[in-house]
Amino acid sequence: MYKYDAIDQKIVDQRVAQFRGQTERFLAGTLSEDEFRILRLQNGLYIQKHAPMLRVAIPYGQLSSKQLRMLAHIARKYDRGYGHFTTRQNIQYNWPDLARVPDILADLASVEMHAIQTSGNCIRNTTSDQFAGVAHDELIDPRPYAELIRQWSTFHPEFAYLPRKFKIAVNGAVADRAGTLFHDIGVHTVLADDGEVVFRILVGGGLGRTPILGQVVREALPRQHLFSYLDAILRVYNRFGRRDNMYKSRIKILVKEMGLEKFRAEVESEWACLKDGPSTLIQSEIDRVAAHFVDPDYEVLPDVDADFEHQQLEHKAFARWVERNVFAHKKSGYAAVTLSLKKTGVAPGDATDAQLDAVADLADAFSYGEMRVSHEQNLILADVKKRDLFTVWQRAKTIGFATPNIGLLTDIIACPGGDFCSLANAKSIPVAEAIQRRFDDLDYLFDIGDIAINISGCMNACGHHHVGHIGILGVDKQGAEFYQVTIGGSQGLNAALGKVIGPSFAQDEMADVIEKLIKTYVSLRYEDEHFLDTAKRVGLEPFKASVYAKKTGHNEAEVANV
Amino acid sequence: MSNASTRKIIRDGAIVEDDWTLIAADDVGDLPAGKLIVPLKLWLRSSPALMARGEPIGIWFDGHDDVSVLADNIETIPLIAIRFPKLADGRGYSTAAMLRTRYGFKGELRAIGDVLRDQIFYMQRVGFNAFSVRDDKDIGDALKALTDFSETYQGSTDQPVPLFRRRMTNSPARPA
Repeated sequence: MYKYDAIDQKIVDQRVAQFRGQTERFLAGTLSEDEFRILRLQNGLYIQKHAPMLRVAIPYGQLSSKQLRMLAHIARKYDRGYGHFTTRQNIQYNWPDLARVPDILADLASVEMHAIQTSGNCIRNTTSDQFAGVAHDELIDPRPYAELIRQWSTFHPEFAYLPRKFKIAVNGAVADRAGTLFHDIGVHTVLADDGEVVFRILVGGGLGRTPILGQVVREALPRQHLFSYLDAILRVYNRFGRRDNMYKSRIKILVKEMGLEKFRAEVESEWACLKDGPSTLIQSEIDRVAAHFVDPDYEVLPDVDADFEHQQLEHKAFARWVERNVFAHKKSGYAAVTLSLKKTGVAPGDATDAQLDAVADLADAFSYGEMRVSHEQNLILADVKKRDLFTVWQRAKTIGFATPNIGLLTDIIACPGGDFCSLANAKSIPVAEAIQRRFDDLDYLFDIGDIAINISGCMNACGHHHVGHIGILGVDKQGAEFYQVTIGGSQGLNAALGKVIGPSFAQDEMADVIEKLIKTYVSLRYEDEHFLDTAKRVGLEPFKASVYAKKTGHNEAEVANV
Repeated sequence: MSNASTRKIIRDGAIVEDDWTLIAADDVGDLPAGKLIVPLKLWLRSSPALMARGEPIGIWFDGHDDVSVLADNIETIPLIAIRFPKLADGRGYSTAAMLRTRYGFKGELRAIGDVLRDQIFYMQRVGFNAFSVRDDKDIGDALKALTDFSETYQGSTDQPVPLFRRRMTNSPARPA
């Protein structure tokens, strides 16, 4: 992974000093609440319901064991012994003391980490595929480009006060595991006719109040022009994006109101002035950064490991875990392992300091001292030998990270919701737990198969509910917490937005609702047909019929107000 | 808006007395003597009369105003001030960068309005060389922000060459 040189280190160290000064001036009263608010948000520091919340960047999801141990240390020393992995490859601490945040940043800087631009109306943490560099379906490793974008966007002087937040995701594989269609800018790598790998640039995707899939603004961008093209897009957005209404200020609204063709023309005309300037990437820099992402010293191994095959036959539980939590590796004899942070009874994405330390130990022992975090809020050991999988499974079980549910119904994506977040209309975590408890039969879960349930506590859509096969959105109904359900959303290259099935439900109805939807699917599916495909084939009606069939007249009247 | 004889600004990295008078509204009657910074509208309406005064005239406008109207006269303008109506409105950063790099403005580029310590490092990078720090803030404190960072990644007006071309000074830069 990328290692800071003296300059990278100096920049984060100076950032710590700068933020320490800002915090001191705020506490001394020379910086007003409003002035400090803008500054702290550029550093991931929110004032939440109970306490400040600090969001720390995990750039494109990469972590070393040393960094993970520091995250554990911070959870122990400054928080209540846990952290929460978000849907954008960040970790959040829910209970830090504002005055000690500069100390947390100094600790982070000591392991080449930071909280720079993890919130605020600026360019946010750049995200990518959690299997980058090891995926079997990869065109190029996107991580060098994600790191280059991290550097380009860090303290970009022109784009620190944008109309609204700005998120960039990079994907280098055939499948899209980075959610690039719902980012402000999505960067795809594609093979051009001449055999060169070029970037396809998507713009204007996003979830939130107005969910829109990104559109291709440039089909084939030669890689050396990445920065000048990004500068051109950002400049058009910074100048013309709406600032009168925060709900209409994302770039997706600008693209929609301008129209893609006019937006593209503006970008191209801006780009014509910037292209081939000093920001043009040079091969020596691409090579320098790429050299940080070379393969570890893989052993030459046969693809089939007899012991591993035997262990799967012997232990049904292990075989199930392998079926769900182990991902194909480009290297023979290796696999990528997803540690599930979706155990029933634990808030999705939460991990304790002891668990983080234990994962760091696992990474050191079995995965070259590195791991990743996915936007589905799980942790990944990317380079595990197949012959070690049984041991890894056993050790993961002891820390509660071996739930065999990746991609299954209980692998729920959820934001922190009303339990923590002051923006939320409704709680997310208890809904996730109620659903997980209802579906506690592993045989049934495996029978249901691939399905994504995504829960957001409000329209901001941190839980990506629009792209859940079943999406759940917390809504406020006359002061009460209700939940709207969508069906048919999906991520990936064929991403789609879910459709609302009808009036919303009370919290205690949600497990019943999900159960009815699943029963409907099971009764209608063809053999081996996934929920999403059945939903696409049969449409909303059968699901609506099952869920709303027995609603009382009273409820119908009530929900009509939503 | 301000009194030219007592007000201080930051210019070229130092605190100096402001020798310009900012004319806030574009419908004033008699203009005071001395170097004036007038609103863009006033300048567009009556630049011949303003020039006839025989004293330097600067122009101010908001970050979102169209700067291309100045393109033809840019070499004759000694000072341009861009107003930041509020901290969070970042349009003036792009406007400043374009004035310097697209239109080749060489005169004093001054940030006015909601200009505070924690913004002026970025402002300096995009091309401002003068800062009219908000009256309720300590200008000496604000001056320190110009040196918050000793190195930056991306190119901008103050240093068009991005770090990646300077990290590699030992190896010749070649296009990808």
